[in-house]
Amino acid sequence: MGFISRGFRGKRRDNVSSSRVPPGQHVVTDFPVLAAGPTPRVSLDVWTFSVTGEIDEPKQWTWKEFRALPTETLTADIHCVTKWSKLDTSWTGVSVDTLLDGVESAADFATVFSDGGYTTNLPLDDLTGKKAWVVYEYDGQPLHPEHGGPVRLLVPHLYFWKSAKWVRGITLQNEEQPGFWESNGYHMRGDPWREQRYWGD
Amino acid sequence: MEMSEAKLDGNAIAGLLREIFTMEMTTSETTCAGCGSVSVVGRVDVYLNAPGVVVRCPSCEQVLMRIVHGRGRYWLDLRGTRCLEFVAPD
Repeated sequence: MGFISRGFRGKRRDNVSSSRVPPGQHVVTDFPVLAAGPTPRVSLDVWTFSVTGEIDEPKQWTWKEFRALPTETLTADIHCVTKWSKLDTSWTGVSVDTLLDGVESAADFATVFSDGGYTTNLPLDDLTGKKAWVVYEYDGQPLHPEHGGPVRLLVPHLYFWKSAKWVRGITLQNEEQPGFWESNGYHMRGDPWREQRYWGD
Repeated sequence: MEMSEAKLDGNAIAGLLREIFTMEMTTSETTCAGCGSVSVVGRVDVYLNAPGVVVRCPSCEQVLMRIVHGRGRYWLDLRGTRCLEFVAPD
């Protein structure tokens, strides 16, 4: 017999009309790995996280100091500009509000920088007010290097290229400086609900 | 390892480069603005699983080119390429 049953594979969740899925996105259940270069490896003995730039007293934490900061666990939907969205992802890390607590700065913008040379820019308003975290656990496990471990930025309300992997610090700036993708076609802000994918969107 | 799986060579973007430059580019030569080494485009490091294509120097891993394609446009960042040498069409 040449007949092969396609069988039931469950209801496809992509193209679902949902208030949780921004326009042009489809839902995935796996966690795609995006990489603009080789995965950097850094020893936690020399790892630091810094807040620099337009700031009276730059701040820096060693891994031990960073892990001693108050942590939060949150569940969020994430949206990649390559059109996949993943719902109900669970993360643990330090709120950017905690990292910027007590910082005196007139800056309105920030560039987030990572091992491997990746950068991304954000208005400071998108990093503060319980909207952004520096996370070291995904789904209760240490963040895998391919997903940005030891720590990545998490800014779930913007396209996921803003959630820089292997993040090492935040530079506060008076003017917005386009980052790795923002300087070559990608939108300066990247709000998935407004489909701000490319320049001019 | 999944680390190296993401890395391809310049042949992976032969079609894309032909679309942009309207000629075969994998035999062209690129000079890295970072370390100065010259690579045949077919042998550069290419990362495709990203918002755009990232081409890196096989010697020093610095970015040679960033290529973004969207909304009927290309954006081509060649800051990391000091020189691109290719055969002129007949």
